[in-house]
Amino acid sequence: MYPEYMQESIKKVEATRPDRLELARKLGKMIYPGMNKQEREEVLNENHPDYKAEARTKVRIGPDKGMVMTTEIAEMLERYSRIDIKNFDLSKADIKTDVLVIGAGSAGMSAAIVASEQGSEVLLATKLRLGDSNSMMAQGGIQAADQADDSPIIHYLDVMGGGHFDNKPDLVKALVNDAPLSIKWLEDMGVMFDKKESGQMVVQPGGGTSRNRMHSARDYTGAAICKVIRDEVYNRADKIKYIEYTAIVELLLNDKKEVSGAVMYHLENKQFSIVKAKSVIISTGGFGRLHIRGFETSNHYGATADGIAFAYRAGAHLLYMDSVQYHPTGAVYPEQIVGFLCTEKIRAIGAQPVNKDGELFVYPLEPRDVEASAFIRECNNGKGISTPSGIKGIWLDTPLIDQINGEGTIEKELPAMLRQYQRFGIDIREVPMLVYPTLHYQNGGIDINDRCETNVPGLYVAGEATGGVHGRNRLMGNSQLDIIVFGKRAGQYASERAKTIEDAGNLSLDHVLAYNKEVEALGIERSKVSPIILPDYIPDHVKAKQLIQEYNGTLI
Amino acid sequence: MSDTQKMVKVYVMGEAYMVPEGSTIVGAFEYAGFQLKRGVGCREGFCGACATVYREKGDYKLKGGLGCQTVVTDEMYIAQIPFVPADKPIYDMDEITPDAGTFMNLYPSVFRCVSCNTCTKACPQDIQVMDYIQAIIKGDIAEAANLSFDCIRCGLCALRCPAEIVQFNAAILAQRLYGKYIAPKSPELEVRANEIIEGKYVKELEELATMEKQKLVDKYYNREIKIS
Repeated sequence: MYPEYMQESIKKVEATRPDRLELARKLGKMIYPGMNKQEREEVLNENHPDYKAEARTKVRIGPDKGMVMTTEIAEMLERYSRIDIKNFDLSKADIKTDVLVIGAGSAGMSAAIVASEQGSEVLLATKLRLGDSNSMMAQGGIQAADQADDSPIIHYLDVMGGGHFDNKPDLVKALVNDAPLSIKWLEDMGVMFDKKESGQMVVQPGGGTSRNRMHSARDYTGAAICKVIRDEVYNRADKIKYIEYTAIVELLLNDKKEVSGAVMYHLENKQFSIVKAKSVIISTGGFGRLHIRGFETSNHYGATADGIAFAYRAGAHLLYMDSVQYHPTGAVYPEQIVGFLCTEKIRAIGAQPVNKDGELFVYPLEPRDVEASAFIRECNNGKGISTPSGIKGIWLDTPLIDQINGEGTIEKELPAMLRQYQRFGIDIREVPMLVYPTLHYQNGGIDINDRCETNVPGLYVAGEATGGVHGRNRLMGNSQLDIIVFGKRAGQYASERAKTIEDAGNLSLDHVLAYNKEVEALGIERSKVSPIILPDYIPDHVKAKQLIQEYNGTLI
Repeated sequence: MSDTQKMVKVYVMGEAYMVPEGSTIVGAFEYAGFQLKRGVGCREGFCGACATVYREKGDYKLKGGLGCQTVVTDEMYIAQIPFVPADKPIYDMDEITPDAGTFMNLYPSVFRCVSCNTCTKACPQDIQVMDYIQAIIKGDIAEAANLSFDCIRCGLCALRCPAEIVQFNAAILAQRLYGKYIAPKSPELEVRANEIIEGKYVKELEELATMEKQKLVDKYYNREIKIS
């Protein structure tokens, strides 16, 4: 239930609702004019968190020394390895495999499936459980231009414009071209997409799309996909070995500076082990749990950008590590769910963002960075609603959904959302949701080509850990697509490479030793280590009594 | 936490801790000083990692819930269930059929269901678990797939089931059988996929990829918007 003092504002929202309903009936989704190029630039410059001076810093070491990055990422890269390299025994590999896949979201698991189909032996390592990932949490949808009035050409334009034309064209080409094939792959594996009786896909628009292109599976789209892919990984136990609660902490290179394996650390038995591999795929996801600029996040517990840390030490170049996606609609009330994602599908099927006076102030489906910036501007202009803990938000007027589309729509289309709010005594069919932008996605990442190759031979990357596909702003539904398209490609090309290699060569951590020296030269404290592996939510007064001598990163 | 923060007492596996009122179970663990590895996941109710059983003050019932979605109450006893041993047979989706016979082979325990409804009561997603198990027994795979769709595999159903059925694994099989064999194939997807395999868009995409930026920007802002 919303506190009493918010009721006045809710009444104003209710008062303007009939007129806004009328508007939606007349104009469909176009209830407010979309912004032109200049208006978009203005709202971004003035309000987007990335555009603040202190948001970005030049990284001082590594292959991209001097590159401007999100401050928290630069800080993570300027840290020591978690292992004592000089005393680390690399003489014998504990496990040998053709392809090592690091991270088991939908990108990593798709890669594992495809590599195994190609005849490669695969080791899939994840620091939590198979499927524990942002992939599982995606709600709204997956884009693919498969409708008659749409085409990969139009999809290409939408992706480039949404990304401010900073996207790597070859990657976008791959994304939009492979999109329908990826949906087909998923359909054939048994993913239950929302369909009409004829079999035609139910498609919605998303922020920044010029067609209805969003395929969904209720509002559990990511889970519906990830669960099926995971089931398929289990079914291929003869080819895909998987190991859980095992984080990769470093990559290993051979004398030719090609990737030859990795060092794994088991979070529970605290043992290190050495994997020798002919190809390595990083699919470790993004950085939401680093809480960039102190933002709450919609991300999974494990989203600490580990792959960025060890790939960078191994010499991989990064791209657009200065670009962060804040999803326009994170929950700000009730307190227990602050930062929770409220899917874009809510707006796609008719909910309208309105201010404390119940007024429309933005087209509901601008690209995410523009929409988020417009919300921030509205709050900065005193038009937001404050929560008891002082966070501001704007209303997302959900009761309109059933009024526009008919009773029962929310129950059918947004069961996850409805359930989550009901758990805290709020019925989104009756009252609006209070939202504010939440830290959602890592736009940049490791630089790859359309074969998912990095500049380090043998190292492949897929999914959120990559940079370039989405430029500086990803559109809704293109991440679910990205992880399938590039997950499959990574599996394919990593496997092809593995087949040409007799032996991965020697295993060395010399690159990490050299990197540590660079960190030392900056005068960084020894206790600072990365990858981060897990976030730390233990309060300071409790922490002060734990491991008093040394507190290296998280307690693992 | 401010000094005025009201605190409640919770028992983590029997050990008492004071945590802020309004904390979720996962939040309570962390406040108490636990660095969680198991028993925590997406923290938004989508992954099923944080199944928890608890007893509240003055209530004889052993309840189950998701640790990230359940708010603690004063004097609550909590124990996490981070893993549920469960049979997961291996199958080739191309070799099986969408009928009860498939389940007879792969999940014969399903047919031991005694209709006690304990699974449904245990489900933190409010899924009609028993009903989908009964649908499988009747061979109504579509019904089973639809009823079980919101399953996040937390495992609480299987843990409480007196017939020792692994409901959540049977659920994903039902969903895959429905998605692959029963739901009608998307005709427009088939058409578009074939066009792509034939390379229909390669040339035009290449033109866009090599287009001068300003021209592409103009093309983007002038593109036709056709959404409904």
